[in-house]
Amino acid sequence: MSGGISLLETRNLTIGYRSKKTVRIISENLNLNLWQGQLVCLLGSNGAGKSTLMRTLGGLQAPINGEVYISNQKTAQLKPADLARKLSLVLTERMEAGNLTAREVITLGRTPYTGWLGTLNALDEEKISQAITLADAGKIIDRKMHQLSDGERQKVMLARALAQDTDIILLDEPTAHLDLPSRMEMMHLIHHLARQTQKAILLSTHELDLALQAADKLWLMEKDGRLTTGMPEDLVLNGTFEAAFARPGFFFDKSTGTFIIQSQPGNNSVSLSGEPNLVFWTGRALQREGFGTEGVQEAFCKIAAAEVNGIPVWEITCNNNVSQTTSIEALIKTIRSNVNA
Amino acid sequence: MPEHIQSVKTLPRTAESSQKLILVTLAVCAVLFFILDIMLGSVEIPFDEVLKIIFQRKSENTAWLFIIEKIRIPKAVTAVLAGCGLSVSGLQMQTLFRNPLAGPSELGITAGAGLGVAAVMLAGGSSAGIYAISQLGISGSWLIITMASLGSALVLFLILVIAGKIRDNVILLIVGVMIGTITLSVISIWQYFSQPEQLQEYIMWTFGSLGGVTQYHLYALSGVVSFGLLLAFISSKALNAMLLGENYARSMGLSIGRTRLIIMAGTSLLTGSITAFCGPIGFVGIAIPHIARALLGTSNHRILIPGTCLAGTVMMLFCDIIAQLPGTQTVIPINVVTSLFGAPVVIWIIISRNNLRSSFS
Repeated sequence: MSGGISLLETRNLTIGYRSKKTVRIISENLNLNLWQGQLVCLLGSNGAGKSTLMRTLGGLQAPINGEVYISNQKTAQLKPADLARKLSLVLTERMEAGNLTAREVITLGRTPYTGWLGTLNALDEEKISQAITLADAGKIIDRKMHQLSDGERQKVMLARALAQDTDIILLDEPTAHLDLPSRMEMMHLIHHLARQTQKAILLSTHELDLALQAADKLWLMEKDGRLTTGMPEDLVLNGTFEAAFARPGFFFDKSTGTFIIQSQPGNNSVSLSGEPNLVFWTGRALQREGFGTEGVQEAFCKIAAAEVNGIPVWEITCNNNVSQTTSIEALIKTIRSNVNA
Repeated sequence: MPEHIQSVKTLPRTAESSQKLILVTLAVCAVLFFILDIMLGSVEIPFDEVLKIIFQRKSENTAWLFIIEKIRIPKAVTAVLAGCGLSVSGLQMQTLFRNPLAGPSELGITAGAGLGVAAVMLAGGSSAGIYAISQLGISGSWLIITMASLGSALVLFLILVIAGKIRDNVILLIVGVMIGTITLSVISIWQYFSQPEQLQEYIMWTFGSLGGVTQYHLYALSGVVSFGLLLAFISSKALNAMLLGENYARSMGLSIGRTRLIIMAGTSLLTGSITAFCGPIGFVGIAIPHIARALLGTSNHRILIPGTCLAGTVMMLFCDIIAQLPGTQTVIPINVVTSLFGAPVVIWIIISRNNLRSSFS
């Protein structure tokens, strides 16, 4: 991915909070880059300092040490209006602009370019309509903000950032209040935007699986302030990803890219074979119920899953008793009764 | 909600043209009320004579000419200035603090102006009473405007400093009310140790009056209010950005410190100068912005500031007409009227349009 143009760079950046007497350092010596056309996802558990890093990069908060450079200029030395032409933000905070239309909010994105009255010229209008198209906000453009759903509002805020026409966009948990379909849509949209517009986009999120799929690069922030960067796949394979989020009670399944809730270690193993789709979902159910599916030789039950005339059928062989079920629920019940017996 | 069902394409055009219609209606009302305010009073003057005096500036009856030119026109102009100034400063404060309950009197800014006035009236010895000042003419009016504006700026500054530390709007409002109370008690102590004649003047001032402004003072007042309104209008772009919150505003290139300073200066000048001459007029500053928002259906300050000015003008002229109790010789204090007649109007509009919640969520 390097070889492109670095739009944002940090040199020995130390972030944290400075109060009257104490300095609370969150992360030290960060040397990071945001490349053109790249979507970077910043991941970390609650309280790891994602927002602090975002705020520092976005110029809302001063670094404790070190510098943030945008196109080789120190951001600290840029005037607010100049910084606003290079970097835009989408934040989680709720705004009190319910009585503005979506278009009025998007128009505010042109603030760094317009004169003191905020009058729009032809270029402003063009950028606004481009932003509306890119963010797919055309349908909601004339509605008031208070009439929009959370997902639609977030789209409007994204369109506003696009209208600001900056090389870099930082999004602080843009999917936080959204339902699953809206989250998927938002991530897809942002991923697509980075490619299409060649912007550098940094996005902080809790959506591990979505980030794994959409990000060109991950920044993993750990509780102790360490920050590891890399391609998502590399971080998964070398175990960094799992280490960053591992907790007792669940583990990261490398084969599916998801975290799995770990039940009591299964003393009872069953063997499972058949249609791949059915095997996958049956396996998940069994795992949750505490049955292992790997140690086949000790299997006390054998399950064969198959589709008969389009209907899934499970054939269960336990202690030489053969039975058939057509749902996983019934299957689990059958196996349980055999364990108890 | 019916808004959703309406054709999306036609919505903006109708919204925009209805906004224009409302602005024009307000402007027409303002002109009508202005003439009506000049016509009505304890001395009956025929309608055609009033028009003649307004437009040709002459009349056979010199008493009428004097009443209209020296008393009623200055009073009506003061009503316009006070209506515009107080409501625009209320609007700015509601946006700045992101709080629907913010307003000059609610956050103690008026009390601060009162402190400035008290400093002139009570501390300056008997020679500096307001009637003595009216003898001083224009230089005296600058003194009282300056002191009142400084007083309100002091309170506003204190509240802004606290607002920087406290993000919670409700707490901020409580702090504002407390600071207002402290200011008022400082004035009370001052009153306690003052001479009766000074006290009487100050108490008369607290009732509020649009009629105490002489022609000379009017020049000073209109100059300052115009400047304050100009500052507000210049800030309209920044105020719009502030609607998204400070962080967004900063990310869009706004320098928050300077914006706050300009808004603060404008608000103090408007509230300070008007309060200096008309006394603490309550309710207008908090209510008119809500009425304007409800009528115009927007938070966009470029429409809202002119709308607020017009609505404030209409409301203030209306209250002034009521205050002179047409057909009688009595005049009741304007402060009483604004609250007594204005508050129910506001309650009705807010309930019937139900727009308050959506503006601040």
